[in-house]
Amino acid sequence: MVAGLSQSSVAITARFEGSQILIYGAVRREAPPPASPPLAVIVTVEGPSEPVTVRRKDRRFGLWINTEAAAVSAAPTFYAVATTGPLEAILSQTEDLRQRISIPRAIRAVGIAGDVTDVASFTAALIRIREAERAYLIDTGAVRLTEDTLFRTDVALPANLTEGSYRVRIFLLRGGRVIDWNLSEIDVRKAGLERWLTNLSQREPLAYGLLSLLIAVAAGWGASAGFRLIRA
Amino acid sequence: MQIYLPIAEVSVNLFVLIGLGGIVGFMSGLFGVGGGFLITPLLFFIGIPPAIAVATGANQVVASSVSGVLSHVRRRTVDFRMGLVLLSGGIAGSAVGIWVFARLSASGQVDLMVQLAYVLFLGVIGALMLQESLRALRRRNRPGTPARRTHEHSLLHRLPFQVRFRTSGLYISVIPPLLVGASVGFLSAIMGVGGGFIMVPAMIYLLGMPTKVVVGTSLFQIIFVSAFTTVAHATTSFSVDMALALLLILGGVVGAQLGAQAGLRLKAEQLRILLALLVLVVAGKIALDLLIRPAELYSLTPGRLP
Repeated sequence: MVAGLSQSSVAITARFEGSQILIYGAVRREAPPPASPPLAVIVTVEGPSEPVTVRRKDRRFGLWINTEAAAVSAAPTFYAVATTGPLEAILSQTEDLRQRISIPRAIRAVGIAGDVTDVASFTAALIRIREAERAYLIDTGAVRLTEDTLFRTDVALPANLTEGSYRVRIFLLRGGRVIDWNLSEIDVRKAGLERWLTNLSQREPLAYGLLSLLIAVAAGWGASAGFRLIRA
Repeated sequence: MQIYLPIAEVSVNLFVLIGLGGIVGFMSGLFGVGGGFLITPLLFFIGIPPAIAVATGANQVVASSVSGVLSHVRRRTVDFRMGLVLLSGGIAGSAVGIWVFARLSASGQVDLMVQLAYVLFLGVIGALMLQESLRALRRRNRPGTPARRTHEHSLLHRLPFQVRFRTSGLYISVIPPLLVGASVGFLSAIMGVGGGFIMVPAMIYLLGMPTKVVVGTSLFQIIFVSAFTTVAHATTSFSVDMALALLLILGGVVGAQLGAQAGLRLKAEQLRILLALLVLVVAGKIALDLLIRPAELYSLTPGRLP
């Protein structure tokens, strides 16, 4: 398989409104392909992983309050799966377990901790909430496969991106088994003013805090003086 | 028009932010409350992470308070002496509050404590203010009945360390304002707000200050409390988003000016009724959140379990 991306880096500037990544490739072969089972392609794009705490509310003394909590050691901040067909039809359970392709597998549920009784409902909640935010998505049929050789898909990176390295994996499958796969990366970085502010806030927090105050005081004074001029 | 916020790492509409800042700034100029108890829930609502909303909200409060206080200074409705006394009490109180907050965080139920404190204080203060100001308004509309002074604290006049607060027209001991400042500082450290909505009624009803002086004096001391909060958050949790703050400030300073203007056209009783209603609405909203079954029982917070 040979594959490529329309861009290998994304710069987040103040006017960043999301980005379309074109992922394409071709199947290279030495022998004629077997007639069946048919070829399938899965493309995953995975953002940097971060630990997440999932809390559940329960009713105590008539009030809905947080009771149980579970910590997921690493969950991707973004995860998109694009396929040529329904995931359960083209991917076997064992391959999913090995390659961590489907959303539940991509979240490392083994790293869940906390004194909860039903871990499954907490991971399910994590996926449900992230899917509602469009941070996790499955796009069935979004990969177009032409003549069992050429494939392409578009993955839309949302505007709410976390900085880091985004892993793009392309799997070729036949009969539920992965026959070849490819890994590439998209580097997502803040640029310009966004970069400068982030660096300043972390390297010189006191200066950053005082600068924020200075802006606030100057703006407050400016507005007051400006309004006095208007009225005068 | 969308803008990507560098620290919050979310993309939001520019005009929504300016508008939010404007609304909160207007309230701030009108009532002399910092607006922290309004801006923080509003920012949550548009998807800003809670820690960033709290810290950046404090930064915005500095700007709108400065803008508001300047127009009060020009009208000589700021009691600087009273403001400094309240502030010194407030700093002591908030130091204790920060310590208690850390203890509560360790026990894990800090969210609930904060929400209950909100409902309790906002509810009680709002109800008392509404009742009192409605009564005052009715009395004003029925001439002939003698107006009763709102402060008849004979104890206030017997305590030592009597000081003259000329702008407020008071000659009282510094102990009550110090205590008021300390308790507001304590509560605001726990509840994560500037405390204007507690301070304003306390100044009117406990210290007996005239309503027109209360707003400017409250804004004066809020500037310092929220400036301290902003720097504390910026240095400990890196959660002040300057781009977000700038947009909120842009709307906020203009709103505060308009609010201060609008305040001049309202009677003191009307002003107090409006503030009481606002406080009750916020209390009611938080109470409902606690009582009604949420649509999603689970919530996500970045980071590990404490």
